[in-house]
Amino acid sequence: MSEEKLDVIVVGSGVAGCSAALLLARAGLRVALIERGPYPGSKNLSGGVLYGRVLHQIIPNFWEQAPVERFITNQVVTFLTEDSSISLDYKTEAFSQPPYNAFSVLRAKFDRWLGDQAEAAGALLVPGIKVDRLILDGKKVIGIAAGEEEMFAEVVIAADGANSFLAQQAGLRPRLPEEHVAVGIKEVIALPQDVIENRFRLNGNEGCAFNIVGSATQGIAGGGFLYTNRDSISVGLVIQLADLIERQIKVTEVFDHFLQHPFIDSLIKGGKMMEYGAHLVPEGGLRMMPRLFMDGMLVIGDAAGLTINNGFWVRGMDLAIGSAIAAAEAVIRAHESRDFSEQSLAFYHQKLSESFVMADLQTYARAPHFMQNPRLFTVYPQVLRDIFLGIYEQNARPNQHLMTIGRRAVQQNDLSLLDLLKDLWNGARAL
Amino acid sequence: MKSLSVNEKLAHNKYELDEDHPHIVVHQAVCEAECKIRACLFVCPANVYSEQEGKIVADWAGCLECGTCTVACPPQALHWEYPRGSFGIIYRQG
Repeated sequence: MSEEKLDVIVVGSGVAGCSAALLLARAGLRVALIERGPYPGSKNLSGGVLYGRVLHQIIPNFWEQAPVERFITNQVVTFLTEDSSISLDYKTEAFSQPPYNAFSVLRAKFDRWLGDQAEAAGALLVPGIKVDRLILDGKKVIGIAAGEEEMFAEVVIAADGANSFLAQQAGLRPRLPEEHVAVGIKEVIALPQDVIENRFRLNGNEGCAFNIVGSATQGIAGGGFLYTNRDSISVGLVIQLADLIERQIKVTEVFDHFLQHPFIDSLIKGGKMMEYGAHLVPEGGLRMMPRLFMDGMLVIGDAAGLTINNGFWVRGMDLAIGSAIAAAEAVIRAHESRDFSEQSLAFYHQKLSESFVMADLQTYARAPHFMQNPRLFTVYPQVLRDIFLGIYEQNARPNQHLMTIGRRAVQQNDLSLLDLLKDLWNGARAL
Repeated sequence: MKSLSVNEKLAHNKYELDEDHPHIVVHQAVCEAECKIRACLFVCPANVYSEQEGKIVADWAGCLECGTCTVACPPQALHWEYPRGSFGIIYRQG
């Protein structure tokens, strides 16, 4: 590594780091993008739906060159009980036209491409280097150290993911509390393209995204997901760690149980397991957000805890890109004024607050708490099952009105009307 | 679909093994003194941790580098860092 001082060191080449490096290089700054894996994306894993409009702002029509898998036209929410599934299946032609709404992506391919874009814009991509620690001068971050080597810059951008050891070292964030993180587990399962298109009723490159609630997690707070890629399926669970620890159930067994559920099995049958991965998900929202800036350093993406899960969708990559845009603006301004102090870099927080990123985190500020409500994972899927069983089952006895079926389903599952009203009220406000 | 064991699943992954450089070290004394529930035995998606003769052992080669154990275990019970540059899990799909 060179002794010469750079303008910016970006640590971590996920979508946040690559986007920040791209924007800064475009503005003419000297940027190094450091990645501990052998290539961008080699350490990265996500459920895999990218809401792409924000990336379209910085790389117009990116889907024409980027290795996206499918554009998502079908958004499905499914409630599971042990023997039933109830789905709300939303499909619209509006999502099958450019600029599209969302894409399924596989990060080892997609992030590698995004890293190439940063490199093409002039960023220096440095793979295979694990940053061990920040170098500080008093309270100011002035560079990074990796093994025996040191690298210096005016500002360091920590895009080092959910664990962000750099934000911890800098004192911007405490050790992660188990209440604020979830563990994500995923398999990528190969299936022929035509099988996927027939099975999920897709035309051409259309794609499907399922969010799954209920016995997916055996009552543990969390949920499942299933996304169609071009010739594979990403299927996984996101499980809240505090609840898992309290229940003391083996997470690998919860995952296998999910995969063997008749509903999931019918969607993945005949497939071949290609890759098994896991990733920590920061789920605390605003409550776990670290301080985002200090003298000589900014924190973006998962490292800043930027994810939202509201039951209908899970977002992270678009928020990561939004934070990269805000960070790049702040750094470009700091570079122009030669002022990389905390006061100057506070502009990042201001830009982030003005953007959809903070607005959405605020809109869904109550969602993390609401999504821990145990009734969501146990009682409500069963109530729905009993309602739909009541509607469809013809047993040569007189049928009941929907009102009666509903009341009975609520009573059978020991759901109090007060809890039901409370949850409806809280749900409407949280989501 | 035929269900695979965790080890069979891990066998489909690509790893660059950094022999003789374990990136996880279990501090037995802290483990024994501060941890009753042994969360590492059930929260790890790669089944890295097992109990052998009463001690927690980390079979770190299969680690997916998620960091879940570092959140679940008591502070100081684990020395856990990412593997050295270019080593460890290498996702080809992600």
